[in-house]
Amino acid sequence: MSTVSVNNLNKIFNKGQANQVDALVDVSLSIEQGEFVSLIGPSGCGKSTLLRLIANLLEPTSGDVVVAGKSAKQARLDQDYGMAFQQAGLFDWRTVAKNIELPLELKGWDKAKREARAKEMLDLVKLPEFAAHFPWQLSGGMQQRVAIARALAAHPPLLLMDEPFGALDEMTREHMQAELLSICAKTGTTVVFVTHSIPEAVYLSNRVVVMSPRPGRITKIVDVNLDGQRNESTRERPEFFAAITSVREALRAGGGHAHTGAGVEDR
Amino acid sequence: MSPLAQRIVRRFAMFVVALLFVATLWELYKVVGPEDGGALFGINILPRSNDRAMPHVWDMLSRYTRPELRSSERKIWRVVLAGAWFSFRLSLVGFAIGTTVGVLLATLMARFKVVERGLLPYLVVSQTVPLIALAPLVVSWGGKLEIFGYEWPRWLSASVLGAFLAFFPVAVGTLRGLTSANPASLELMDSYAATWTQTLLRLRFPAAVPFMVPAFKLAASASVIGVVVAEISTGLKGGIGRLIIEYAREATGDPAKVFTAVFGAALLGLAMAGLVAAFDLYVMRNRPKEAT
Repeated sequence: MSTVSVNNLNKIFNKGQANQVDALVDVSLSIEQGEFVSLIGPSGCGKSTLLRLIANLLEPTSGDVVVAGKSAKQARLDQDYGMAFQQAGLFDWRTVAKNIELPLELKGWDKAKREARAKEMLDLVKLPEFAAHFPWQLSGGMQQRVAIARALAAHPPLLLMDEPFGALDEMTREHMQAELLSICAKTGTTVVFVTHSIPEAVYLSNRVVVMSPRPGRITKIVDVNLDGQRNESTRERPEFFAAITSVREALRAGGGHAHTGAGVEDR
Repeated sequence: MSPLAQRIVRRFAMFVVALLFVATLWELYKVVGPEDGGALFGINILPRSNDRAMPHVWDMLSRYTRPELRSSERKIWRVVLAGAWFSFRLSLVGFAIGTTVGVLLATLMARFKVVERGLLPYLVVSQTVPLIALAPLVVSWGGKLEIFGYEWPRWLSASVLGAFLAFFPVAVGTLRGLTSANPASLELMDSYAATWTQTLLRLRFPAAVPFMVPAFKLAASASVIGVVVAEISTGLKGGIGRLIIEYAREATGDPAKVFTAVFGAALLGLAMAGLVAAFDLYVMRNRPKEAT
């Protein structure tokens, strides 16, 4: 059974008005359990919109979204997914541990169970000694790790990420990518990952979904054949460069731009 | 010494320096200023510097140690302190009512856009009504009105006038704060399927605190002004406002006396401001420190 199934999805903003935007047109996508799928494309291609439709933060104009075998709305109500954004979005007034406990609190877990889970998650993201710190005392990369711990606190089968490493420097970014992969390997979480960066998408994913704008649509799905555990040497392998090249070509073919789609980084 | 203690000591030292500075200016003006006032550019603008209009600082201070009236034994500092304490309690009640009403109104306005559009203009208009005009009306409730079997006490009218001034900054500041939560955080709460109340308590209110603290500071001084003006305009006995009008009548014979009460009112304002400052330190203790 696929974790996420999107069928003939359409999303039109301001329908029938002069400023109508066809954000997504006839998008279908199926994501298997344990898969890591990246959405990439230039600004306005609808990748964030697609992520928000899967999260049920937006309602589709037509078509349907099935998450973990349920309607997207039911999946949201059941907290079947965790979400992480470009800004870590931790609450300044809560300690790191209390931030991680937030989704559990909303689910009505009791205190002892919440604290045990927060401790487990801090171990998972390798920040066990920072439980009592406040978010503003942490570096950007550490904050983003706490955000991932918060997203995974309820052990959801699905993790939705919207450019989570976009605000980090290159070194931290590569380190965080490796961390994310090892976390997913441990937990078996399915990930849908929105990014601007071609190497990031290729390094992380089993499949890279290439999208293009006006109207927002999927132009190609690139399979990445980097089997087994990724590590630092992965970035130097010919298969890595081959996948980067095919993603770049797909972006070029779909974008209608003279070169790489605007807003997509080569780094 | 901890950074907090250092800050408090430094603030206090600044306060003493500022007081000495004002006292020096006052005495300096008495030396150089015209005895019977003076005109600048044809307008009577310079205050009289004689001892009746501007008593010496030391006369004002020594007045505290003498009895209130020639016939009584009570030293004036005790009378002024008792009056300030009385008004302080009324201000505190006014502040409590005002902030409660302000926070409730802000919450309603944040919840329902219709309420905000319908109510906010009236809140603004309410603050243009002169307090002096309102005071006799509210005071007339004293002894006439009954709520749940309790008779409306006269002092409560003064507190209500304080609350009338105090609620406005709190309502506006809290509304601003409640709508200040970052859109990504709101989206996060949505992704957890959090109810509006859960979002209010866990996100909107904590995010509003930095906006509410300055509003509370304004409300604290506003409630003092409301209470003192109510006391003055209605002659409510026991408070610092009543002392100010009583002593002002004796200004010709005993010019230093009215100043003892005026300083009492200032002390009252300081006490209220101090309370809010302590609250500020407490609620903001774990927030990121802004570069100062």
